[in-house]
Amino acid sequence: MKTIYKRPESFTDAVTSYCGGCGHGIVNKLMAELLDEMGLREKTILVWPIGCSVYADKYFKADAICALHGRAPALATGIKRSLPDRFVLVYQGDGDMVSEGMSEIMHAAVRGENFSVVFINNAIYGMTGGQMAPTTLWGQTTSTSPYGREKSSSGYPVNMAEIMAQMPGVCYSERVTVNSPQRIAATKKALKKAFSYQFEEKGLSFVEVLSPCPTGWSQKPVKALEWLEQKMIPIFPLGVFKDMKEGEGK
Amino acid sequence: MNRTEIEFERCKECGYCVEFCPKEVLAFGDKVNKRGYYPPAPVKQEACIACGICARVCPEGAIEVYKEV
Amino acid sequence: MGEKVFMQGNAAMAESAIRADCKFFFGYPITPSSEVPEYYARAAKERPEENIVFVQGETEVAVFNMIAGTAATGKRVMTATSGPGFSLGQEAMSFMSAAGLPAVVVEVMRSGPADGEILAAQGDYFQAVKGGGHGDYRVLVLAPYSIQEMCELMQECFDLAEKYRNPVILLTDSLLAKMREAVELPGRKTSRVDQRDWTLTGCAGREHHVLTTCGDGAAQWEAFNLNLQEKYAKIKANEVRWQSYQVEDADIVLVAYGSMARVAEGAMKMAREEGLKVGLIRPISLWPFPEKAFQGLAGKKFLVTELSAGQMVEDVKLSVDRKEDVRFFGRLGGVVPSPKDILAEIRKLEVK
Repeated sequence: MKTIYKRPESFTDAVTSYCGGCGHGIVNKLMAELLDEMGLREKTILVWPIGCSVYADKYFKADAICALHGRAPALATGIKRSLPDRFVLVYQGDGDMVSEGMSEIMHAAVRGENFSVVFINNAIYGMTGGQMAPTTLWGQTTSTSPYGREKSSSGYPVNMAEIMAQMPGVCYSERVTVNSPQRIAATKKALKKAFSYQFEEKGLSFVEVLSPCPTGWSQKPVKALEWLEQKMIPIFPLGVFKDMKEGEGK
Repeated sequence: MNRTEIEFERCKECGYCVEFCPKEVLAFGDKVNKRGYYPPAPVKQEACIACGICARVCPEGAIEVYKEV
Repeated sequence: MGEKVFMQGNAAMAESAIRADCKFFFGYPITPSSEVPEYYARAAKERPEENIVFVQGETEVAVFNMIAGTAATGKRVMTATSGPGFSLGQEAMSFMSAAGLPAVVVEVMRSGPADGEILAAQGDYFQAVKGGGHGDYRVLVLAPYSIQEMCELMQECFDLAEKYRNPVILLTDSLLAKMREAVELPGRKTSRVDQRDWTLTGCAGREHHVLTTCGDGAAQWEAFNLNLQEKYAKIKANEVRWQSYQVEDADIVLVAYGSMARVAEGAMKMAREEGLKVGLIRPISLWPFPEKAFQGLAGKKFLVTELSAGQMVEDVKLSVDRKEDVRFFGRLGGVVPSPKDILAEIRKLEVK
């Protein structure tokens, strides 16, 4: 028999603490596949956030640290400056990065820190029980926007991939999603590019993943994939917003 | 015959594999696992073309696919 | 030992840290500690053979997390800050204590609360010694009273941090940090602790290492906490430091630390010249607090002097037989009393 798909070697046997159909699981799996395929596992230091992926250190056979809420890019700065030849991968959700840690991610970009950042945007706080995030859509009902997010009091959803593309210290910024097999394949390609740029020392590489949160959105998983397509993508368009050419960057 | 293996206890019944299988090989099962989910199982294994889509969309890394050669 | 130089406290601390093999400095400028990052910034450029890394972070919030990151890789690292900046770092102090990250923090106290004044003060004692962050954690706190001692303790901070896998604070104030004094710079030192069994370096040739401070149920998290408490008990038993001066025959024992201890020492000498039997206890480790220094001193009166409204005095009261024997004299806002001022307070006690 020929193996078409096997559980990645970089994964432990732990069962995730994610809800059924959660996009974190798909992205984590792509990361594990790439650690295997790119031979990165033994030189990797994963920096996890506070949020639903708070226990993700248990899923990977790789060195890892769980940061304080929002502070992963600062923690990763200390790690990468100490060990510039290691592969440092920062993973953050929307509440963690765009709310609590906006300062830390922006200044990691200002400095052009040479690590890769995976940003999970599911337009809601998952772990704490479905509260409004900076990425929550207008009209989207959450437990702290019970009648829908209103522009007048809570402003605008934040488009991180576009913002990061404006930062000179960022070498690569793309927004992808995981709501179909083709898009999952495209996400893997984006992650691979972001990871490989770290070895070219180009600066910060950034991949935003629109990710389903069936529990937070009170939807069945397959319905959540449709909601993502219809509601999120018009506000958060997919695409490459920055890709530094050969020889550019730091 | 090609093989689709679903790790029964790892599954959380999201249904992505059932939804995206191009050959309708999988269907929700009637057995419950320890976490209270009813994992899908192959019902038309002979139709499986070993494309691997079910495994790639699985958020739990619970599916492995093998092709007969 | 190294050469004798005339040096400012902040600069002497930075040089001593570099000589203790602390090659990583992350900082944010704040008076009166800015000469420490400035010294590192120059050294990183002017001494390329030392491979010094200096990063100016965007906030103290970020900086304290940066030092946590470098400490997690097993390299010696520090920052220096003052009151408001130290407040911003408290979340990470709690984090580093829980995660067992041996980073070193210099806290140059200035007069608070809030923005306050950039003058000498000791009002951050509670914050440093009792733990300004959340949860049950402890941090070693060392308080020098001369620039010479500052240099030596600066180097010792790194040894202690690694020995216990715990953050260590060097607590000083703008008086000491800003003044210049003749000092014999300490020699080169390197780590003697093999940290490879826990640090994050990539898992080539070994099992992977994980650092997390996220609890997993009450039983697991209580056990985690009890481990920390066990470590703190060990530190308390082993790392108490203080100096006693002419305490044996004293009727009145002054208690002071840091720059205030210099003033108290002057007052003690003046009192002795007048025939008053006055001694001095100078705590050097503020946590663990030197309770032992107060043993066998029943019947004596204690005059605690601080540049605060009375903070360390609480620990002194917990250390003596009768808290009624403890008096306090402090000045606020950046006012530093003279030895004469303290002598006046001593005389008041004598009269009673």
